Amino acid sequence: MKHIISALVENKPGVLAHVAGMFAARAFNIDSLVVGRTEDPQLSRMTIVVVGDDRVLEQVRKQLARIVPVVKVQDFVGKPVVARDLMLIAISAPPEKRSEILSLVEMFKGKVVDIGQKFVMVEISGPEAKIEAFINVCKPYGIKSVARTGTIAMPRYGKIEP
Amino acid sequence: MSARGVCQERKKEMKSKSRKSADSAGKSNIKSGAQIVVDTLIEQGVDTMFGYTGGVVLPLFDKLYDAPINFIVPRHEQGGCHMADGYARASGKVGVVLATSGPGACNLVTGLATANMDSVPLVALTGQVRTELIGNDAFQEADTTGITRPVTKYNCIVKDVKDLARTIREAFHIASTGRPGPVLIDIPVDVAVNKHNTDGPKDMQLPGYRVRNQGHSKQISTAAKAINKSKQPVLYVGGGVITSNAGKELRELAEKAHLPVTMTLLGLGSYDQRKPESLDMLGMHGSAYANYAVQECDLLIAVGARFDDRVTGKVETFAPNAKIIHIDIDPSSISKNVVVDIPVVGDAKVILGELLKEVEHHERKKWFKKIAEWKEKFAFRYDQKSTTIKPQFVIEEICRQTKNGAIVTTGVGQNQMWAAQFYKFIKPRQFISSGGLGTMGFGLPAAIGAQIAKPDMTVVDIDGDHSFNMTMTELSTAVEHKLPIKVCILNNGYMGMVRQWQELFYGKRYSKSYLSNPDYATVARALGAVGITVDKKADVSKAVKQMLAEKMPCVVDFRVESEENVWPMVPAGKSIDEMSGLDILERLI
Repeated sequence: MKHIISALVENKPGVLAHVAGMFAARAFNIDSLVVGRTEDPQLSRMTIVVVGDDRVLEQVRKQLARIVPVVKVQDFVGKPVVARDLMLIAISAPPEKRSEILSLVEMFKGKVVDIGQKFVMVEISGPEAKIEAFINVCKPYGIKSVARTGTIAMPRYGKIEP
Repeated sequence: MSARGVCQERKKEMKSKSRKSADSAGKSNIKSGAQIVVDTLIEQGVDTMFGYTGGVVLPLFDKLYDAPINFIVPRHEQGGCHMADGYARASGKVGVVLATSGPGACNLVTGLATANMDSVPLVALTGQVRTELIGNDAFQEADTTGITRPVTKYNCIVKDVKDLARTIREAFHIASTGRPGPVLIDIPVDVAVNKHNTDGPKDMQLPGYRVRNQGHSKQISTAAKAINKSKQPVLYVGGGVITSNAGKELRELAEKAHLPVTMTLLGLGSYDQRKPESLDMLGMHGSAYANYAVQECDLLIAVGARFDDRVTGKVETFAPNAKIIHIDIDPSSISKNVVVDIPVVGDAKVILGELLKEVEHHERKKWFKKIAEWKEKFAFRYDQKSTTIKPQFVIEEICRQTKNGAIVTTGVGQNQMWAAQFYKFIKPRQFISSGGLGTMGFGLPAAIGAQIAKPDMTVVDIDGDHSFNMTMTELSTAVEHKLPIKVCILNNGYMGMVRQWQELFYGKRYSKSYLSNPDYATVARALGAVGITVDKKADVSKAVKQMLAEKMPCVVDFRVESEENVWPMVPAGKSIDEMSGLDILERLI
C-alpha cells in the first residue's frame, strides 16, 4: 500500500543525505521524495511516498523519528488529505495536431507554458492519477520529455502542527 | 608501580597542569575554537580521552598540552576508538576519541560502528581540512560526516566557531541519553583557529531530539498483571539493563516475582549467574535450558534487548506460546523483528522500578523444577579428562582464580562464546564484548580502556589468536601506561568459529581459516610486556596465578586443543530449540 509520509526536519546540511541513507540502509523503497522550505525558515518539509505493508511503514515512521534532526513525522494513510504532483511535459505538436492537444490540456485544466514549431510544453498539477492519465492521453502524439515533482500533501480539516 | 599508583601520579601531574592553564587563560572570554573544544570537554566532565594527532588537529593538540585530561595515544585510531568504547562500557561515562582528518577519521569507522551496534556512548571529534578547501580533494580530506553517518547516532560538521561549544554539549547529551550511541563532530582546522567570545547562552538546540524515560503507566500495569498471571514466565534481558544501571531493579524484580532470567551476550553481568534463577545466555550458542525455557514459556519479558537474529533463530517459531512484553527506550526497537503484545517505551531502570511495586510473588514450583532439570541435564560441559588444554578449562580456571570478579573483554568468535559460557558473571559492566558488529580485535584495546576506567579491577582479555593479531600493536600502548591487563590467547591456530562452520557445513574444507602465528610470548617481551607460553594442561593453573600477579601487561599464549567446537549450537535458520551438540553435552555428564 502507498503511504504518504510527511516529515518536518531541521533545515541543516546533511539532513537529506541522512534520511535518504536511512531508507537505503534499511531497504525501504522510496516512490518519491520532495523537500521544500516551510513557513519557518528553521524547518523544511520532506514528503515521502513509500510502498509497504503496515509493519514496514511502522518501522519507516519510527526510524525517521529516530534521526536527530527530524522534528516530526506523520503518516497520512487513511486520513483525508490533499495530495498533488506537478508536471512539466513536452508533447510533439505539429500544427495540424495542436488544437486537439490544446483541448486535452483544457480538459485536464493544464496550462501551455511554452510553444515551439514542433512541441508544446504543458504544466499540469493534480493528484497522481490525473497526471498519469494525462501522460497516457498524450502518448499517441509522442512525448519528448517529462519532469515531475513527486507528491506533496497536507491533511484536510485543520492544521498539521502548531 | 600499580595501575592505581600510576593513575594517582598522573592525576597529581594533571592538577599542576590545570593550575598552569587556568593562569594562562587570563580574564578574557575570547577564545580560539581549539580552546573552546578543550574547555567544553572539561565542562562535560571529561578527564580521560583517547586519540591520535595529525595535521589539521594540531591546534587542538596544542591546547590539550596543558589540559587536565589524561590523554592516551593508541598505535592506530581504531584501537583508540575501541579503548574509548571499553572505557565507556566499564565506567558508564561517555568515551571520547579524537582523530585527524582523512585517514584518521576513516580509521575510526570500525570503532564507531561497533559502538553504534552495541549502544555505547561515545563522542568522536575529528579534524577536517580548512572550510574553503572542503570538496576540493585536499590533502587528507575525506567526507567524514558522509562516511560515518550510517554508523553514528548523530554527526555533523561545525563550520562556524560560534556553534562549537553548543554542538559539543549537544553531542554529549545525544550520546549519553535515550538509547546511547556514538556522536561524531567534524571540526575544520580554521574553525579550531578562529576566535570567538564565549559569553553567551548555553542552550542546546535540538528540536527533533526527545527522550521518553517514563513508561506509560497503563502499559506498566498491563505488564504487571500479565506477570502475575503467568505460570511459566521468562525474563530476557539485554545490554539495555546494564546501560540504564538497572541491575538492582532487575534483581529485585526477579526475586520478588520469582522469575527465571536469561541474558543476551551484552546482557551478561546484569544478573548474578551463580543464582538458581539464572538461565545464563540464550540464543545461537546459548544454554539449552535458556532456549528451552524461552520456547516453552507463556510470557516473555524482554528488557533492553532487541530480538537479534542470534537470539531468536528462526523468528517465526521464536517463543511460540508466549505473550511478549517488550521494555525498551528505543521505540524503533519495538516490533521490529518480533511483534510484541505489551510494548512499554522508556528507561529500564524506571520501568522495572514501577513494575516492582505491582508484581506479586508466586512460587511457580513446577516451572522452576522443570528448569532445574534442564539445567542439570544440559549444563555447559567439556571433556575434563582430555590431556590437551581445553579452552573452556582455561576460562573456568580464570573465573575461579578471579573469584568471578574480573572485567572480561573478548575477541570475536569461539573465544567470545566460551567466555560467555564458562565465566560466570556476577555484576553489570563486567563483560565487555563486541556483540552486534562482532568486531575481531576488539578485546585488547577494550581491555586497555576498561583498565584505565577501573584501575583497581582485574581486567582480563580472553582472546583468540586471530582476533589478537588484528590489534596486537596496542600492547605497546598498555606497556607505555603500565596497565596490568591480562591477555589470554586461546591459541588454536585457526579462526576457530569459521573453522567450526567449515567443519559442520562445508565438508571440513578449511578454506583460508588457518594462518601461521608468531610466538606471542616473544612478541609480548619485545614490546615490553610479560610473555608466558602454556602448552601443558598441568601448567594452566600456575600460569593464571602468575598472570594475575603481574604488574605489567601480561600475555599468556595458551596452546589449546585446535579443533574444539562451541556447543550447543543453533544452526542458521533453525528454531532455538533445534540445537546441535546436545548429545555431546549429555555424553560428558
